[in-house]
Amino acid sequence: MSATWMADPILDVEHLTMRFGGLTAVNDLSFVAGRNEITALIGPNGAGKTTVFNCITGFYKPSEGRLTLRHGQGDTAASIDRLARLTMSGGRHLGRGDDAVFLLERMPENEVTAKARVARTFQNIRLFAGMTVLENLLTAQHNSLMRSSGFTLGGIIGLPSYRRAEAEAVEFARHWLERINLVDRADDAAGELPYGDQRRLEIVRAMCTRPVLLCLDEPAAGLNPRESAELNALLRAICDDGISILLIEHDMAVVMGISDHIVVLDYGEKISDGTPQEVREDPAVIAAYLGIAGDEDAAAQGAAR
Amino acid sequence: MAKAKAKPTRAQQTSPAASSKFDLVGGLRDAAIAALIAFLLAIPLLSERTVQEAGGLVLENRWWLAFTAAVLVFAGRLALNLFEQSRRNAGDGLRAAISRNTAWLGDTSRFLAPGLLVFAVILPIFPFSDRYIMDLSVLVLTYVMLGWGLNIVVGLAGLLDLGYVAFYAVGAYAYAIIAVHYDLSFWVCMPIAGVMAAMWGIILGFPVLRLRGDYLAIVTLAFGEIIRIVLLNWTDLTNGPNGISGIPRPTLFGLEFKPFGENTFANFFGLDYSPLQRIVFLYYVILALALLTCAVTIRLRRLPIGRAWEALREDEIACRSLGINTTNTKLTAFAIGAMFGGIAGSFFATRQGFISPESFTFIESAIILAIVVLGGLGSQVGVAIAAVVLIGGFELFRELENYRMLIFGLAMVLIMVWRPRGLIATRMPSVFLKDAKTIGADLVGEGHR
Repeated sequence: MSATWMADPILDVEHLTMRFGGLTAVNDLSFVAGRNEITALIGPNGAGKTTVFNCITGFYKPSEGRLTLRHGQGDTAASIDRLARLTMSGGRHLGRGDDAVFLLERMPENEVTAKARVARTFQNIRLFAGMTVLENLLTAQHNSLMRSSGFTLGGIIGLPSYRRAEAEAVEFARHWLERINLVDRADDAAGELPYGDQRRLEIVRAMCTRPVLLCLDEPAAGLNPRESAELNALLRAICDDGISILLIEHDMAVVMGISDHIVVLDYGEKISDGTPQEVREDPAVIAAYLGIAGDEDAAAQGAAR
Repeated sequence: MAKAKAKPTRAQQTSPAASSKFDLVGGLRDAAIAALIAFLLAIPLLSERTVQEAGGLVLENRWWLAFTAAVLVFAGRLALNLFEQSRRNAGDGLRAAISRNTAWLGDTSRFLAPGLLVFAVILPIFPFSDRYIMDLSVLVLTYVMLGWGLNIVVGLAGLLDLGYVAFYAVGAYAYAIIAVHYDLSFWVCMPIAGVMAAMWGIILGFPVLRLRGDYLAIVTLAFGEIIRIVLLNWTDLTNGPNGISGIPRPTLFGLEFKPFGENTFANFFGLDYSPLQRIVFLYYVILALALLTCAVTIRLRRLPIGRAWEALREDEIACRSLGINTTNTKLTAFAIGAMFGGIAGSFFATRQGFISPESFTFIESAIILAIVVLGGLGSQVGVAIAAVVLIGGFELFRELENYRMLIFGLAMVLIMVWRPRGLIATRMPSVFLKDAKTIGADLVGEGHR
């Protein structure tokens, strides 16, 4: 299989296992997410999709496995060597700029976003409801603003450089608000927005951290067909800007419509991996979704639990 | 939270159109039931009393007390019913009424703040400003400063701190010990006291980083007690329960406030000595310190760190997902809050001239927290008003002796019924694109509770 995502993966998940006590939520999962592609992670309820997400974004420490994120090309000799050195050294990341390699399983969640530049959204929207839309987007630019405010000391005495940086941050936020048509509501509390707008605002807030990989946990949940179509367009546009997307989704219209690559999970294991066309025709996927007792492995495991 | 959620549903049940008139019969019936319950309760509790007489104990009958209690409850309950109804009629439910009231207060606070500031600055020149009023004002301003300091931790960062008095104590003792042993002036020691308190803020911060809600409250409460008990028992350093006396008074550029001597304020300006001069000076010192606290807080709110504090109060997990280091964010909140507590403590020490662990009991923490909660979490003006009402009111009712605790408690209950999120619960955005809109109290998070 000479799939596009194998050529230049941004994220390489190898043998990821996550156990909670006696329960194995994710078992020996390996897949890659291609650079500048939309990768979808699908599967029935309880398949372990969100657990995989929490491992990637540092909210869970995986029991086993390696999660490699590369800011640059991964198949060069230098890059392979760098990853080997990093893995042996016990460090969290190595290299700068396009050479940078990150081992996400070793990083706390805030560093995953701040250093490896992986941003995420949540299944249940987690906006700062009592803060305005604009404040939400400025909070997302916290780390860069913190630096330009001289870690508060420069900001408190009113350095002009901080004021410039803040104006730029506001401008960046406005740029994203224009893309989702929310400029008019920039000064309203985020909690006052309609549901669909809150979903899109959360995505845009994640984008304000300037990520290379955007992880979306069910972005289309609860959206009507029109909002869903708008979301597709937004995600496609983000991807065209050169940002890779990894998403969990139940809405098959969204998944089949925009994904370049689909990974199917069931009971914490990968049952299929390929293009939307390949996955759609995979008997294992059909069995998992329709519950046909053809997939005996899955059925046996289900009974064991 | 559950209470807050129950309220709109209750209000929604009576649609505004249906209850456009007062439901007098219902109100009367409700009041009568309440009065009956009060009467039944009052029979065993109030109406009989044992009296010592020559022949032994006899029962004294006081039926009139039970009747009075019932009448009082009836009147109070009826008034409350009518009040609730009138509010319900005024709009579409209690929540709307509250947010409208609050919005009004929030708008007023914009004009209120400069007004209060001017009043505070010119207070000493009013003819009624005698020694008692000035002393009271110094006390009130100390609590305003403490309230603003705690507001950073509780109001902005949403971390419930029940041991804030510990930093007040650290500041007071740091100043007292350094000043007494090394003979340094107030102006040198005050920043040191602030830094010491900030350090202790960080030391407290570390163990509580992972705690939330009740657990956080209990650990901070314990920390407050630990500091007090250490002060009580470390006799070599703190002189234990006897406290530290002879703490130097602050000077105005080296000019002392004493009746005799060369280098005194009265001498230098060719005035007659009056003890009021020192108190007015102290008043301006604490006013300046309190305003500094306020100015720094307002400034910090508009900086990334302040926004991160508020974001932390709204949703900690989302904060972490945005790459914010929540450890550092929480520790800065604890440190800066503690620093202002410590500076207020050093002022307290220099004003009193004597400190002992007795001044730093849990009730102080509780009062400061009450000021912040009553004022409205995160609101500077609200906290200032609450400090004036609480501390000033507490002093005004001094003649009522033990009953003032009752009035104090009742007033707090009433304020929380009328305005469950504090006097000014709305939030002004720290940055805006076109115009700053007030954010309703119901949207603003309460933090880790």
